[in-house]
Amino acid sequence: MNLYAVKAIYSFEMSRAVRTLMQSIVSPVLSTSLYFIVFGAAIGTRIAEIDGIAYGAFIVPGLIMLQLLTQSISNAAFGIYFPRFTGTIYELLSAPVSPLEIVLGFVGAAATKSIVLGLIILATAALFVDLHIAHPIWMLTFLVLTAITFSLFGFIIGIWADGFEKLQIIPLLIITPLTFLGGTFYSIDMLPPFWQKVTLFNPVVYLVSGFRWSFFGVSDVNIYASLGATLAFLLLSLLIVWRIFKTGYRLKT
Amino acid sequence: MSAIISIKNLSKTYAGGFQALKHVDLDIRRGEIFALLGPNGAGKTTLISIICGLVNPTTGSVTVDGSDIIKDYRRVRAMIGLVPQELTTDHFETVFNAVAFSRGLFGKAPNPAYIEKILRSLSLWEKKDNRIMTLSGGMKRRLMIAKALSHEPTVLFLDEPSAGVDVELRKDMWQVVRDLRAAGVTIILTTHYLEEAEEMADRVGVITRGELILVEDKAELMRKLGKKQLILQLDAALTGLPERLSGYDLELSPDGKQLTFTYDTRAGRTGITALLNDMRDAGVGFVDLDTTQSSLEDIFVDLVRSNR
Repeated sequence: MNLYAVKAIYSFEMSRAVRTLMQSIVSPVLSTSLYFIVFGAAIGTRIAEIDGIAYGAFIVPGLIMLQLLTQSISNAAFGIYFPRFTGTIYELLSAPVSPLEIVLGFVGAAATKSIVLGLIILATAALFVDLHIAHPIWMLTFLVLTAITFSLFGFIIGIWADGFEKLQIIPLLIITPLTFLGGTFYSIDMLPPFWQKVTLFNPVVYLVSGFRWSFFGVSDVNIYASLGATLAFLLLSLLIVWRIFKTGYRLKT
Repeated sequence: MSAIISIKNLSKTYAGGFQALKHVDLDIRRGEIFALLGPNGAGKTTLISIICGLVNPTTGSVTVDGSDIIKDYRRVRAMIGLVPQELTTDHFETVFNAVAFSRGLFGKAPNPAYIEKILRSLSLWEKKDNRIMTLSGGMKRRLMIAKALSHEPTVLFLDEPSAGVDVELRKDMWQVVRDLRAAGVTIILTTHYLEEAEEMADRVGVITRGELILVEDKAELMRKLGKKQLILQLDAALTGLPERLSGYDLELSPDGKQLTFTYDTRAGRTGITALLNDMRDAGVGFVDLDTTQSSLEDIFVDLVRSNR
């Protein structure tokens, strides 16, 4: 394995995050803090507890998940799209690196950034609401698995996109609505019976539910269903990435 | 001299149906500077891109130092440095970090001293902490070369290395290339500046419409295909060529004061002695004479034209 190459790509991507600290860390932390202020401190105090959890605390796992998904996707998508856009991808494609090493470098860096961001948001949340984490190992497992899975998904988008608009389409038009409708701000028990069934087709429900379970020990769906959905999506993303490198899709002519 | 790169029956047809390469066979000798000449769209960049792993070949095979470029891509690519035609750099990165990144990407342990040596040889050391976006076009071109050399390659591809580089910098770059060859690096360059090929190359390949139409030692090529001209400044203007000189390939200048005789260097007899004798007999005198030889550019233009 070309570990020097993995390290070079990883370090390059991480240094890009440091260069763009406002965009990669400060901006999502600020927007999440605003959610805590509005929904947690201001409105949350007037909303009844859900499953015995104060509303301000109830929304924390969903909000972390919202940022984790969108930031993992955009970090990884931008990471691989930018060299394609500028043409510097030639160096990557002419280097003695395997697809696995390229993915480890780009996806590893994107996932690291998201995990760090998720932990910062968690620490920020603790300033606004009382939090305790019932299953910290599970919480970290979901955090890491989701970050890796959606960084892989972002990597796929970065390869597929042929313009900056397409980079934004999936996070903005699909991931954000699915997250908002995936139980971030409510328990799916609060929905009418018909919509409770419909919402089970939303994969984000399983992620938010599993993550919330790791915090409070209560969930909308079975914890193993959540874990299974996360692993299934991880596997699907890996298969697509493998196919991309096998065919050279959008990378080689 | 043994071949370091061996290209066999290489063809490339792009998805749209355009055939960029047609059954190319070529051996590049170890340690030589090989110039690949051809008009725009001839297939030069496609050929280089296939060897470097950027483009998939349709048919054929390429080996570098005995290793197949696809089956043994790690070994092959670790040996190759590529300076692409386009100035593609990460604008926000510093010069030193960009070169260090390339070295890591090609699987080499960090070596700041070696990177310093490359940057100094390319007059970039003073700019090592500058962001790439602040560099001039010529500096960016040299940075591309520094990146390509960062992993100590044994084969270097230079795709139009002098595009956008001023004359002085071009000469500096030629010196770097000569030094590399002296160190044993094999260099393949494509260029529009035929002067560059003439100045630097050991052998020349001419490619047009995806076909390699000629591969020849540069000196041999110029000897074989080069024409020479004898230019005579006459002592008195002529209104026309005398009958006695009508058998020669002569051209009289409009003012009648200059006579140009074109002859073939390959011919056993150039005809110069006979011409001068006949001129004396015809009473045509001259006050000065000069000879010129066709450049590689003339040869190239003739070759490409004759293949249209």
